[in-house]
Amino acid sequence: MRVWLTVFIKEVVDNCRDRRTLATALLFGPLFGPMMFVFVINLSIERALSDADTVLEVPVIGEHLAPNLVRYLSSHNIDVIEGPENREAALAAVKEGSVDVVVLIPDTFAEELAGNIPARIELIADQANREAERDMRRVRIALASYSQELSTLRLIARGISPTSIRAINIDEVDVSTPSGRSAILLGMMSYFFIFALLMGGMYLAIDTTAGERERGSLEPILALPVTRSTLMLGKIGATCLFMAASLLLSLWSFYFSLQFLPLEQLGMTPNYGPDVVMMAFFLLLPFILLGASAMTLVASFTKSYKEAQTWLSVLLVAPTLPILVVSILMMRPKLEFMFIPSLSQHLILVDLIKNEPISGLHVLISVVSTLIIGIVLTWICARLYRREALLG
Amino acid sequence: MIVVNDIHKSFGKVKAVRGVSFDAPDGKITGLLGPNGAGKSTTLRVLYTVLKPDQGSAQIDNIDVVTDGLSARQQIGALPHGAGLYPNLTARENIRYYANLCDIDKSEVDDRVDAIIRRLEIDDFADRRTKGFSQGQRTKVALARSLVHNPKNILLDEPTNGLDVMATRSLRDLILKLKEEGHCVLFSSHIMQEVAALCDDICIIANGKVAIDDSADGILEKTGCDDLEDAFVAAIHMVEPD
Repeated sequence: MRVWLTVFIKEVVDNCRDRRTLATALLFGPLFGPMMFVFVINLSIERALSDADTVLEVPVIGEHLAPNLVRYLSSHNIDVIEGPENREAALAAVKEGSVDVVVLIPDTFAEELAGNIPARIELIADQANREAERDMRRVRIALASYSQELSTLRLIARGISPTSIRAINIDEVDVSTPSGRSAILLGMMSYFFIFALLMGGMYLAIDTTAGERERGSLEPILALPVTRSTLMLGKIGATCLFMAASLLLSLWSFYFSLQFLPLEQLGMTPNYGPDVVMMAFFLLLPFILLGASAMTLVASFTKSYKEAQTWLSVLLVAPTLPILVVSILMMRPKLEFMFIPSLSQHLILVDLIKNEPISGLHVLISVVSTLIIGIVLTWICARLYRREALLG
Repeated sequence: MIVVNDIHKSFGKVKAVRGVSFDAPDGKITGLLGPNGAGKSTTLRVLYTVLKPDQGSAQIDNIDVVTDGLSARQQIGALPHGAGLYPNLTARENIRYYANLCDIDKSEVDDRVDAIIRRLEIDDFADRRTKGFSQGQRTKVALARSLVHNPKNILLDEPTNGLDVMATRSLRDLILKLKEEGHCVLFSSHIMQEVAALCDDICIIANGKVAIDDSADGILEKTGCDDLEDAFVAAIHMVEPD
């Protein structure tokens, strides 16, 4: 036990003194991830929310042909401004990007309107441009509701109730809760956590195996009266510690980052308080042993630091695969899924954030199965360390 | 005391060692001499139990290195070729790490580490991180590290490689002192003069086999040369390549 502790402490101290490694482990994964997430989400939320409030300025050709329409648009926060002279100029301007959307009212407009023929209006925009696409949608919605209004007036003029052309009225009943809706946005958080967790121990896993070999410090240590499995377990232990630290950091940094997101305005209230942070930590704790032993295992097969880095980067992505498949297929948590590490943690975490009841059995299976796989991998690592080929 | 009995070791098709036997008694310095690739390092690696021989056996103080590697390692202080230090740890921490790994009693660790630091005269840089140490400084720290648990048998793989005259001389003095204290010292080299100046017994290895195992004078006599270098070359040619 004392020898194990000696190896453990040495690896922790050694790693702490390596600033670059420490920065990657405890900064990039746990801190930058949530920050980026919040920044990006914040940007899109702000856009979505501010949309309806801001005045949209749209050039209209043939403005004088439809004064009522122009008035209607401006009452819907769309101001008509000076723009291209004619259709050709409008097409060129939109193509070149100096104007996003142009409304073109043809000369026949008033005539068609009076004659009860669907009056044509052209909406010129570049739909490949996302910004323009949004503006165009706003204009189209405004035009459509103007059209609706005119139709209603026509029906009334003919003595027909406008409701008679509406055979069915659809009422949507949404049973989702604010916490449930937040899962749409925060469901991917579990991947950030797993990523940060693995990142935290990745360099240590490389350093204690391929790094030690490359440095030439492996051979002398193997010549000491210490069993190789003790060395290995000490190293895995140190990797676990860094993974745990990185995980805890990322869980908390997400918690603080979320305070800056105006999620309530989107009707989302994630169930992600300090208690959930700690629950998530304990839920992911078994995954640490699995991650540390898997990374150490892969790194000890490689010949050099660089090769190890390459393979471990692949390993970083592996836990996302089951999450991705289940997210795309929109599967609900099932008992069988709880046997799959990373997926089981993801599903339980999503339920936690949704504030839905968690099945104790699911948690138990997730913890036990992940732990067992971790222990088996650790055992294989210890066995592998007895190989001669270890020296490379 | 080290006894090596007809060990063989191959790596794939390459036969690195093809039957090496020799004795290294206590209180004597035994030199493993041979050109590059002769099988010196492989032989030493078998002795400090990093490699398992394909055939043959070796005992350290009557403990078999194959069947009881852990106990055998307890009797050895090994300095592998180009022993790597941990660059983020100070020299003292490097040595203390090994002391703790060897399970030296907690109350004794600091005294032992201090003693070995004084003995190898590394006080001046003991508390600096080993990143950027000179080759001589590195070798001294690595040697201190492998001697901290006071092993009876000392295995050194080309310890003078890359050392300047002063460092080589102080290492030589240390090896002689270890001999006087009754240690069994086995060290490998490819430099005839160095081995001749130091060793009581010289075991010349070439192509994975022992060419001659004798004292310096005995080797001169057997090869019929009056120059050590000529004798070395003559001995190497006594072994047929595989």
